[in-house]
Amino acid sequence: MPAKEKKTGLIFFPAFDWAISPNHPEREERLLYTQDQVFEEGLLDFPNILEYKPGIATYADINRCHICVPNPQNLTTNSHLISAGGAITAAQKVLSGEVDNAFALVRPPGHHSMLVAHGARGFCNINIEAVMIEYIRHTFGIRRIAVVDTDCHHGDGTQDIYWNDPDVLCISMHQDGRTLYPGTGFIDDFGGPNALGATINIPLPPRTSDEGFLFVLENAILPMLDEFKPEIIINSAGQDNHYSDPITNMNFSAQGYALLNEKLAPDIAVLEGGYSIEKALPYVNVGIILAMAGLDYSQVREPDYDARQIRQSQEVTRLIENEVKNLMTLWKKKKNLKKQITGSAAYIRREKNIYYDTDDITERQVETVRVCNACGGLVMIESAADTGKKIYAVILPNSCCPTCRESGESFFSRVNGSQYSHIYFQDRQRDVFIVK
Amino acid sequence: MILGIDVGGTHTDAVLVQDLQVISKIKVLTNQANIMASLLEAAEKLTKDNNVNNINRIVLSTTISTNAIVQNKISRVAMVLLSGPGLSPTTLNLGKDAYFARGYVNHRGIPVKNVNSREIADISSEIDQNQIHYIGVVGKFSSRNPQQELDASELLQNDSRKISLGHTLSGQLNFPRRIATTYLNAAIHEIYQGFVRDVQEFIQKFGLNIPVYILKADGGTILIDQSLDCPVQTIHSGPAAGIMGVLATTRMKEDAVALDIGGTTTDISVFADGVPLLEPSGVEINGRKTLIRGLYTKSIGVGGDSVVRIENGEILIGPQREGPAAALDGPFPTPTDAMIVEGIVSFGDSGKARNAIALIAKKLQLGVEEAARAIIEKMAAIIADQVRHILAQINNKPVYTIHELLEGKIIQPKILYVAGGPAAVAPFIAENLGYSYLIPEHSEVSNALGVALARTTAEITILADTERKELILCEEGHVESISRNFSLADAIETGKKFLREKAVCMGAREQDIFMEVTESQQFNMIRDFYTTGKNIRVKVQIKPGLISSGKER
Repeated sequence: MPAKEKKTGLIFFPAFDWAISPNHPEREERLLYTQDQVFEEGLLDFPNILEYKPGIATYADINRCHICVPNPQNLTTNSHLISAGGAITAAQKVLSGEVDNAFALVRPPGHHSMLVAHGARGFCNINIEAVMIEYIRHTFGIRRIAVVDTDCHHGDGTQDIYWNDPDVLCISMHQDGRTLYPGTGFIDDFGGPNALGATINIPLPPRTSDEGFLFVLENAILPMLDEFKPEIIINSAGQDNHYSDPITNMNFSAQGYALLNEKLAPDIAVLEGGYSIEKALPYVNVGIILAMAGLDYSQVREPDYDARQIRQSQEVTRLIENEVKNLMTLWKKKKNLKKQITGSAAYIRREKNIYYDTDDITERQVETVRVCNACGGLVMIESAADTGKKIYAVILPNSCCPTCRESGESFFSRVNGSQYSHIYFQDRQRDVFIVK
Repeated sequence: MILGIDVGGTHTDAVLVQDLQVISKIKVLTNQANIMASLLEAAEKLTKDNNVNNINRIVLSTTISTNAIVQNKISRVAMVLLSGPGLSPTTLNLGKDAYFARGYVNHRGIPVKNVNSREIADISSEIDQNQIHYIGVVGKFSSRNPQQELDASELLQNDSRKISLGHTLSGQLNFPRRIATTYLNAAIHEIYQGFVRDVQEFIQKFGLNIPVYILKADGGTILIDQSLDCPVQTIHSGPAAGIMGVLATTRMKEDAVALDIGGTTTDISVFADGVPLLEPSGVEINGRKTLIRGLYTKSIGVGGDSVVRIENGEILIGPQREGPAAALDGPFPTPTDAMIVEGIVSFGDSGKARNAIALIAKKLQLGVEEAARAIIEKMAAIIADQVRHILAQINNKPVYTIHELLEGKIIQPKILYVAGGPAAVAPFIAENLGYSYLIPEHSEVSNALGVALARTTAEITILADTERKELILCEEGHVESISRNFSLADAIETGKKFLREKAVCMGAREQDIFMEVTESQQFNMIRDFYTTGKNIRVKVQIKPGLISSGKER
């Protein structure tokens, strides 16, 4: 039983009048039974659980972390602005000291949205955590942030947005990409040249249960957080590792989720995926809320819960132990890797093909990063999608050094406009966003 | 004619109403030891010039339920709880007589574990050994499927027991509140039954055979016989009378704030388009949060007799009251004394009021008139700040649809209705808020008038699950089969039909049944990528309001 009660903010916005399409998993009904369970358990009557109405994110909030093509107006509906706004409200309540921690139980999710966004992928249009993180940095001057993505799918969008940022530690644990969308997130995806070790991926074998998740938490995630020393910890809280989830193959339980949140002790949790809306979400969410609030969650369990049925095999245990061992070896070497990877190059180039499953768009992207020892490095992106749009973007990092700034400003002024539909300049340090 | 009686802590007010107009009114002191004597006294004095036989209904407010709870004059209750997993029972506020039993249903009302008759029999004999006669049975999600509560109740029932069932008292979800509501209902049953007997005796003595209604917490009336099974609905009857009184004396139709300024406290209530707001989840009494539908009211510790003092050069008012105003030989200066000095009210000894305010003036280094003015303005500012705070809270209440978030109703009052002895402070509060103000006519008996003119209110919650082909009327515990094609419109129609029957049974006249749909949602239920049915949720209510102007029988 948790030792100490905490004041927990709850931003609950089930958007009962919005769906991607009538039969889509991301539909009106998704948080209906969660609401029922939360109401029936009387959680909102606890003096240390405070419910808040979500705010509405602005386009300027989105432009701090995304290059939306052609613009955020075309890529979002009110539902996305409210869901990102809900995450921002959670941050405001925590950082103003009104509550100790907060849970944005909002939809639609965001963790598959990448830096450049031509449309929706993995049910996500904009990355609601990244919008929140940039809001936090801009408003509260916080620099070091850790995101622990506990969704069953690789948090590839968040990883992409912070790939070159040494101050945002993105840890994603997820079902092995060889067996699940989006098919990425392997251990050697370790961050950009100036941010090695700030991206961590922990693929887990199918049918991992509570034991495996908690092993990873204790033996990899918590030690990394201890070393990284973030000012705040964010749980990108997907609930699709649950044993009853219809689109994944894991064996996590409501008790496991609650225990994970108690041990991780995130300052902010933001709901991501999770589509077992009737058999998992009501119990998982009650468990997480109680754990965050420091209340007794020991009696929370699914009606059909049977620990023996979902226990992971010894083979799974062995695979996970091995994975964690390899990862920790890599983690310890992270400072020595840079020379090995960059050699004498001044710029590192990465080419990506990105598929937007929700909107059926294919994008081809070339990302160029300036190798820099003073900051995250200037980033330039050329991106062309089969919608016919081709864009160029210059991105200055959060703690940009003068050399990267000078180079970035110069590239932006010289870039040949004729071949691009839009050219973007995103200065995360000075909160400037220009489109030409 | 209608006879309306509001039994307050100090005074019992009564009015006779014909065609919605007050034809006579009276105020007598309440005899706390013998409420019946007060009722009889008020009624006899009021009707001495009128023909008693023209009275065709009597409506009463009562403090009996509230007082029983607040003064702990309640029966011992055994609570039988079918709680299942979830929140730990250690977090619930349960007394020593709580018995946990097997059985629970999930959020869709599907039974997961059944009630075990042997276990209930054991509990039953323990209850016998403890000589407890009042029992509450509450199941988690029983408003989604009442069967297990009914099963347990049947096993527990015998002639010496009175059993309250959770699902009958509210269709809302909230297990801890359902427990509290059911507990209180069982706990006041005995004392309330005594009250009902007394009222029936009073009617007989008065020589009448007409329906008697009681005002509930939600400002609606119910036939007294019908209230016997749900006495807990009659708590907060007094504050409800106050709010209905504002409606009755103003006939307002707009957004508004009403203040009832008393000696010790000021009660604030809010109206949206002329309809008094309800507490969102249910009223709180004596620290217990319940599911009882009740009118929203916030009480703050500032009134005409509040103690005024100076600390660090600042005027502080209340929350203590140490006696009447100095003008009436009270020990401390009060806002009432300031109003006497300012010349906006006149009673008592104005010299004594002036002397008291002079003490304050000296500390503030102001003239006596200036100090009086400063005190009145301070009182107005405290109340106005609370009004602003309450409105912000109400307007920021969480909502769950994009439509409501972007286009939901925002309450923007422009008018203040003020009642109570120290209502003379009204212009100052109104000015602070930028509202206009009105002190309604008959305000000295407005509560009794509110009681007399309140209509019968009721609510019904309907859930239809076309996958399970089942419909449930939560509060009624009624379950029926429906077809796969059952629609939202069908649910609304069914709800209205049952609500009408329920209201008539509670004593509503046909012309006063104004039904409105307060919630109507339907969700496609999709399992494994196929639509398996619809989950339909509807609430229909008769909202608090006044009876229609049609002539009384």
